[in-house]
Amino acid sequence: MSVPCPVCDAVVQLTPDAVVSELVRCRECGSELEITDLDPPAVREAPVEEEDWGQ
Amino acid sequence: MRVGLLHSVIRLEEKMLLSELGRRGVDVVAIDDRAVTFTLGRRTVDVDVILERSINHSRALHALRLFESQGIACVNTPAVAATCGDKLLTSVALQEHGVPQPEVRVAFTPESALAAIEEMGYPVVLKPAVGSWGRLLAKVNDRDAAEALLEHKTVLGSYHHSIFYIQRFVAKPGRDIRAFVIGDECVAAIYRTSAHWITNTARGGHAAACPVTADLAGIALAGARAVGGGIVALDLFETADGLVVNEVNYTMEFRNSVEPTGVNIPARIVAYVIRRGAGR
Repeated sequence: MSVPCPVCDAVVQLTPDAVVSELVRCRECGSELEITDLDPPAVREAPVEEEDWGQ
Repeated sequence: MRVGLLHSVIRLEEKMLLSELGRRGVDVVAIDDRAVTFTLGRRTVDVDVILERSINHSRALHALRLFESQGIACVNTPAVAATCGDKLLTSVALQEHGVPQPEVRVAFTPESALAAIEEMGYPVVLKPAVGSWGRLLAKVNDRDAAEALLEHKTVLGSYHHSIFYIQRFVAKPGRDIRAFVIGDECVAAIYRTSAHWITNTARGGHAAACPVTADLAGIALAGARAVGGGIVALDLFETADGLVVNEVNYTMEFRNSVEPTGVNIPARIVAYVIRRGAGR
Protein backbone atom coordinates (compact mmCIF):
# COMPACT_ATOMS: atom_id res chain seq x y z
CA MET A 1 0.00 0.00 0.00
CA SER A 2 1.53 3.33 -1.02
CA VAL A 3 0.46 6.92 -1.44
CA PRO A 4 2.12 10.08 -2.80
CA CYS A 5 3.50 12.49 -0.23
CA PRO A 6 1.43 15.72 -0.41
CA VAL A 7 4.57 17.76 0.30
CA CYS A 8 7.25 16.33 -2.04
CA ASP A 9 5.31 13.79 -4.14
CA ALA A 10 7.62 10.93 -3.15
CA VAL A 11 6.06 7.51 -2.66
CA VAL A 12 5.13 6.84 0.98
CA GLN A 13 4.77 3.16 1.87
CA LEU A 14 2.08 2.26 4.41
CA THR A 15 2.44 -0.87 6.55
CA PRO A 16 -0.19 -3.65 6.31
CA ASP A 17 -1.44 -2.80 9.82
CA ALA A 18 -1.87 0.92 9.05
CA VAL A 19 -4.94 2.59 10.55
CA VAL A 20 -6.78 5.82 9.84
CA SER A 21 -5.41 8.76 11.88
CA GLU A 22 -2.00 7.11 12.18
CA LEU A 23 1.06 9.31 11.87
CA VAL A 24 3.66 8.33 9.29
CA ARG A 25 6.78 10.09 8.06
CA CYS A 26 7.83 10.63 4.45
CA ARG A 27 11.32 9.17 4.13
CA GLU A 28 12.09 11.56 1.28
CA CYS A 29 11.29 15.00 2.75
CA GLY A 30 10.77 14.10 6.43
CA SER A 31 7.25 15.54 6.58
CA GLU A 32 4.96 14.10 9.22
CA LEU A 33 1.75 12.87 7.61
CA GLU A 34 -1.59 11.57 8.88
CA ILE A 35 -3.42 8.72 7.17
CA THR A 36 -6.92 9.90 6.33
CA ASP A 37 -8.17 6.86 4.39
CA LEU A 38 -7.12 3.31 3.60
CA ASP A 39 -9.43 2.53 0.68
CA PRO A 40 -7.97 4.07 -1.34
CA PRO A 41 -5.02 5.14 0.81
CA ALA A 42 -4.70 8.87 1.41
CA VAL A 43 -2.61 11.09 3.65
CA ARG A 44 -2.43 14.75 4.58
CA GLU A 45 0.10 16.84 6.45
CA ALA A 46 -0.15 16.08 10.16
CA PRO A 47 -1.72 18.75 12.38
CA VAL A 48 0.60 21.33 13.87
CA GLU A 49 1.45 20.99 17.57
CA GLU A 50 -0.96 22.93 19.78
CA GLU A 51 -0.41 24.51 23.15
CA ASP A 52 -2.15 21.79 25.17
CA TRP A 53 -0.55 18.84 23.37
CA GLY A 54 1.45 16.11 25.02
CA GLN A 55 2.45 14.86 28.42
CA MET B 1 -15.51 -6.39 26.38
CA ARG B 2 -15.77 -3.24 24.27
CA VAL B 3 -13.15 -0.55 24.76
CA GLY B 4 -13.61 2.94 23.37
CA LEU B 5 -10.24 4.37 22.38
CA LEU B 6 -10.51 8.15 22.47
CA HIS B 7 -7.78 9.48 20.22
CA SER B 8 -6.60 12.29 17.98
CA VAL B 9 -3.76 11.36 15.67
CA ILE B 10 -2.61 7.77 16.20
CA ARG B 11 0.95 7.85 17.52
CA LEU B 12 3.23 4.92 18.19
CA GLU B 13 1.76 4.58 21.69
CA GLU B 14 -1.77 4.18 20.32
CA LYS B 15 -0.54 1.67 17.71
CA MET B 16 1.06 -0.37 20.50
CA LEU B 17 -2.16 -0.23 22.53
CA LEU B 18 -4.28 -1.21 19.50
CA SER B 19 -1.97 -4.13 18.85
CA GLU B 20 -2.27 -5.29 22.46
CA LEU B 21 -6.05 -4.84 22.49
CA GLY B 22 -6.22 -6.90 19.28
CA ARG B 23 -3.98 -9.59 20.78
CA ARG B 24 -6.36 -9.84 23.75
CA GLY B 25 -9.37 -10.14 21.44
CA VAL B 26 -10.92 -6.94 22.72
CA ASP B 27 -13.53 -5.18 20.59
CA VAL B 28 -12.20 -1.65 20.00
CA VAL B 29 -14.31 1.36 19.06
CA ALA B 30 -12.05 4.16 17.80
CA ILE B 31 -13.38 7.58 18.80
CA ASP B 32 -11.62 10.42 17.00
CA ASP B 33 -11.90 13.55 19.16
CA ARG B 34 -11.88 15.64 15.98
CA ALA B 35 -15.06 14.00 14.72
CA VAL B 36 -17.06 12.94 17.78
CA THR B 37 -20.06 14.99 18.94
CA PHE B 38 -21.97 14.65 22.18
CA THR B 39 -25.67 15.11 22.91
CA LEU B 40 -26.26 15.65 26.59
CA GLY B 41 -28.48 12.96 28.05
CA ARG B 42 -27.68 10.45 25.30
CA ARG B 43 -25.06 7.74 25.24
CA THR B 44 -22.44 8.54 22.62
CA VAL B 45 -21.06 5.06 22.14
CA ASP B 46 -21.80 1.54 23.40
CA VAL B 47 -18.62 0.57 25.24
CA ASP B 48 -17.71 -0.78 28.68
CA VAL B 49 -14.78 1.54 29.25
CA ILE B 50 -13.05 4.52 27.65
CA LEU B 51 -9.28 4.52 27.25
CA GLU B 52 -8.36 8.18 26.80
CA ARG B 53 -5.43 8.82 24.46
CA SER B 54 -6.22 12.30 23.13
CA ILE B 55 -3.25 14.48 22.40
CA ASN B 56 -5.08 17.68 23.47
CA HIS B 57 -5.57 18.12 27.21
CA SER B 58 -8.67 20.28 26.79
CA ARG B 59 -10.45 17.73 24.58
CA ALA B 60 -9.47 14.84 26.84
CA LEU B 61 -10.68 16.62 29.94
CA HIS B 62 -14.10 17.53 28.57
CA ALA B 63 -14.70 14.30 26.67
CA LEU B 64 -13.91 12.27 29.79
CA ARG B 65 -16.39 14.30 31.83
CA LEU B 66 -19.06 13.73 29.18
CA PHE B 67 -18.40 9.98 29.01
CA GLU B 68 -18.44 9.78 32.79
CA SER B 69 -21.82 11.52 32.84
CA GLN B 70 -23.08 8.74 30.57
CA GLY B 71 -22.10 6.16 33.17
CA ILE B 72 -19.08 4.84 31.26
CA ALA B 73 -15.94 3.91 33.19
CA CYS B 74 -13.04 6.11 32.12
CA VAL B 75 -9.28 5.55 32.22
CA ASN B 76 -8.24 7.95 33.47
CA THR B 77 -11.12 9.63 35.26
CA PRO B 78 -11.90 13.27 34.43
CA ALA B 79 -10.90 14.19 37.99
CA VAL B 80 -7.43 12.77 37.43
CA ALA B 81 -7.19 14.55 34.07
CA ALA B 82 -8.25 17.86 35.64
CA THR B 83 -5.63 17.57 38.37
CA CYS B 84 -2.74 16.29 36.26
CA GLY B 85 -3.47 18.64 33.36
CA ASP B 86 -2.78 21.63 35.57
CA LYS B 87 0.58 21.85 37.34
CA LEU B 88 -0.83 24.12 40.00
CA LEU B 89 -3.64 21.70 40.85
CA THR B 90 -1.15 18.83 40.81
CA SER B 91 1.09 20.66 43.27
CA VAL B 92 -1.87 21.37 45.54
CA ALA B 93 -2.87 17.68 45.50
CA LEU B 94 0.71 16.59 46.25
CA GLN B 95 0.91 19.09 49.09
CA GLU B 96 -2.40 17.97 50.57
CA HIS B 97 -1.20 14.35 50.55
CA GLY B 98 2.23 15.11 51.98
CA VAL B 99 4.11 14.05 48.83
CA PRO B 100 7.53 15.76 48.56
CA GLN B 101 7.93 18.24 45.70
CA PRO B 102 10.13 21.24 44.93
CA GLU B 103 9.03 24.46 46.58
CA VAL B 104 6.23 26.09 44.59
CA ARG B 105 4.86 29.60 44.78
CA VAL B 106 1.96 31.07 42.85
CA ALA B 107 1.19 34.69 41.97
CA PHE B 108 -1.35 36.42 39.78
CA THR B 109 0.40 39.63 38.73
CA PRO B 110 3.92 40.29 37.36
CA GLU B 111 4.68 42.46 40.38
CA SER B 112 3.68 39.88 42.96
CA ALA B 113 5.40 37.15 40.94
CA LEU B 114 8.63 39.15 40.94
CA ALA B 115 8.35 39.66 44.68
CA ALA B 116 7.82 35.92 45.18
CA ILE B 117 10.81 35.06 42.98
CA GLU B 118 13.07 37.54 44.79
CA GLU B 119 12.03 36.01 48.10
CA MET B 120 12.72 32.47 46.86
CA GLY B 121 16.11 33.38 45.39
CA TYR B 122 17.50 32.46 41.99
CA PRO B 123 17.34 30.35 39.94
CA VAL B 124 13.66 29.48 39.69
CA VAL B 125 11.61 27.89 36.93
CA LEU B 126 8.54 29.61 35.53
CA LYS B 127 6.03 27.18 34.05
CA PRO B 128 2.67 27.58 32.37
CA ALA B 129 0.14 25.76 34.57
CA VAL B 130 -1.14 23.94 31.48
CA GLY B 131 1.37 22.62 28.98
CA SER B 132 3.69 19.75 28.26
CA TRP B 133 6.78 18.49 26.48
CA GLY B 134 8.76 21.20 28.24
CA ARG B 135 7.14 23.97 26.19
CA LEU B 136 7.52 27.53 27.48
CA LEU B 137 9.43 26.50 30.58
CA ALA B 138 11.84 29.22 31.58
CA LYS B 139 14.79 28.95 33.95
CA VAL B 140 15.15 32.36 35.52
CA ASN B 141 18.68 33.05 36.71
CA ASP B 142 18.46 36.68 37.78
CA ARG B 143 16.21 39.68 38.27
CA ASP B 144 16.77 41.03 34.77
CA ALA B 145 15.55 37.78 33.24
CA ALA B 146 12.62 37.62 35.66
CA GLU B 147 11.43 41.12 34.76
CA ALA B 148 11.71 40.44 31.01
CA LEU B 149 9.97 37.07 31.16
CA LEU B 150 7.12 38.30 33.33
CA GLU B 151 6.54 41.25 31.00
CA HIS B 152 6.62 39.00 27.93
CA LYS B 153 4.17 36.56 29.50
CA THR B 154 1.82 39.41 30.37
CA VAL B 155 1.96 41.09 26.98
CA LEU B 156 2.29 38.11 24.63
CA GLY B 157 0.64 35.28 26.53
CA SER B 158 -2.98 34.22 26.61
CA TYR B 159 -4.87 34.72 29.87
CA HIS B 160 -3.70 31.52 31.54
CA HIS B 161 -0.09 32.69 31.26
CA SER B 162 -0.95 35.29 33.87
CA ILE B 163 -1.21 32.56 36.51
CA PHE B 164 2.43 32.52 37.53
CA TYR B 165 3.57 29.07 38.65
CA ILE B 166 7.04 29.44 40.13
CA GLN B 167 9.08 26.38 41.11
CA ARG B 168 12.43 26.35 42.86
CA PHE B 169 15.06 25.14 40.40
CA VAL B 170 16.40 21.70 41.30
CA ALA B 171 19.99 21.08 40.19
CA LYS B 172 19.61 17.59 38.77
CA PRO B 173 22.51 15.16 38.26
CA GLY B 174 22.04 15.45 34.49
CA ARG B 175 18.94 13.31 34.65
CA ASP B 176 15.51 12.88 36.17
CA ILE B 177 13.30 9.83 36.64
CA ARG B 178 10.03 8.97 34.99
CA ALA B 179 8.07 6.35 36.94
CA PHE B 180 5.06 4.56 35.47
CA VAL B 181 2.21 3.69 37.82
CA ILE B 182 -0.67 1.47 36.77
CA GLY B 183 -3.28 0.95 39.45
CA ASP B 184 -1.51 -0.01 42.66
CA GLU B 185 1.86 -0.83 41.15
CA CYS B 186 4.87 1.13 39.96
CA VAL B 187 5.53 -1.08 36.95
CA ALA B 188 8.66 0.55 35.52
CA ALA B 189 10.90 3.59 35.60
CA ILE B 190 13.47 5.22 33.36
CA TYR B 191 16.23 7.73 33.83
CA ARG B 192 15.94 10.60 31.36
CA THR B 193 19.42 11.92 30.75
CA SER B 194 20.20 15.16 28.99
CA ALA B 195 22.89 17.80 29.02
CA HIS B 196 20.01 20.30 28.90
CA TRP B 197 18.12 21.13 32.08
CA ILE B 198 14.89 20.07 30.32
CA THR B 199 15.11 16.26 30.15
CA ASN B 200 11.88 15.30 28.32
CA THR B 201 12.53 12.49 25.84
CA ALA B 202 10.27 14.45 23.46
CA ARG B 203 13.01 17.11 23.68
CA GLY B 204 15.90 14.72 23.09
CA GLY B 205 16.46 13.30 26.56
CA HIS B 206 17.91 9.76 26.51
CA ALA B 207 15.99 6.96 28.24
CA ALA B 208 17.68 4.22 30.27
CA ALA B 209 16.32 1.67 32.74
CA CYS B 210 15.97 2.83 36.34
CA PRO B 211 15.54 0.24 39.09
CA VAL B 212 12.19 0.50 40.87
CA THR B 213 13.48 0.67 44.44
CA ALA B 214 11.20 0.63 47.46
CA ASP B 215 11.79 4.39 47.88
CA LEU B 216 10.91 5.12 44.27
CA ALA B 217 7.84 2.89 44.30
CA GLY B 218 6.70 4.44 47.56
CA ILE B 219 6.80 8.05 46.40
CA ALA B 220 5.47 7.16 42.94
CA LEU B 221 2.45 5.39 44.40
CA ALA B 222 1.90 8.20 46.90
CA GLY B 223 2.01 10.75 44.09
CA ALA B 224 -0.34 8.67 41.95
CA ARG B 225 -2.82 8.33 44.80
CA ALA B 226 -2.62 12.06 45.49
CA VAL B 227 -3.90 12.89 42.01
CA GLY B 228 -6.57 10.19 42.07
CA GLY B 229 -4.82 7.05 40.83
CA GLY B 230 -5.26 5.19 37.57
CA ILE B 231 -2.52 5.16 34.94
CA VAL B 232 -0.02 7.95 35.46
CA ALA B 233 3.62 8.74 34.81
CA LEU B 234 5.46 10.76 37.43
CA ASP B 235 8.53 12.84 36.80
CA LEU B 236 10.83 12.86 39.81
CA PHE B 237 14.02 14.64 40.78
CA GLU B 238 16.81 13.13 42.86
CA THR B 239 17.84 15.59 45.59
CA ALA B 240 20.09 15.47 48.63
CA ASP B 241 16.92 15.14 50.71
CA GLY B 242 15.52 12.29 48.64
CA LEU B 243 13.15 12.01 45.71
CA VAL B 244 10.66 14.79 44.94
CA VAL B 245 7.78 14.73 42.45
CA ASN B 246 8.03 17.32 39.71
CA GLU B 247 4.98 16.53 37.56
CA VAL B 248 2.34 13.85 37.03
CA ASN B 249 1.13 12.94 33.53
CA TYR B 250 -2.20 11.27 32.85
CA THR B 251 -1.93 10.32 29.14
CA MET B 252 1.57 9.04 29.33
CA GLU B 253 3.91 8.44 26.46
CA PHE B 254 5.98 5.28 26.73
CA ARG B 255 7.48 4.54 23.31
CA ASN B 256 11.02 5.11 24.59
CA SER B 257 10.50 3.18 27.83
CA VAL B 258 9.45 -0.32 26.79
CA GLU B 259 12.78 -1.39 25.34
CA PRO B 260 15.10 -0.11 28.10
CA THR B 261 12.90 -1.38 30.94
CA GLY B 262 11.87 -4.66 29.33
CA VAL B 263 8.36 -4.02 30.66
CA ASN B 264 5.49 -4.36 28.22
CA ILE B 265 3.81 -1.14 29.33
CA PRO B 266 0.99 -1.22 26.74
CA ALA B 267 0.12 -4.78 27.86
CA ARG B 268 -0.03 -3.61 31.47
CA ILE B 269 -2.23 -0.66 30.48
CA VAL B 270 -4.62 -2.86 28.52
CA ALA B 271 -4.88 -5.37 31.37
CA TYR B 272 -5.80 -2.52 33.75
CA VAL B 273 -8.34 -1.07 31.31
CA ILE B 274 -10.01 -4.48 30.91
CA ARG B 275 -10.25 -4.81 34.69
CA ARG B 276 -11.85 -1.37 34.90
CA GLY B 277 -14.22 -2.23 32.08
CA ALA B 278 -15.29 -5.33 33.98
CA GLY B 279 -16.02 -3.18 37.01
CA ARG B 280 -13.02 -4.35 39.00
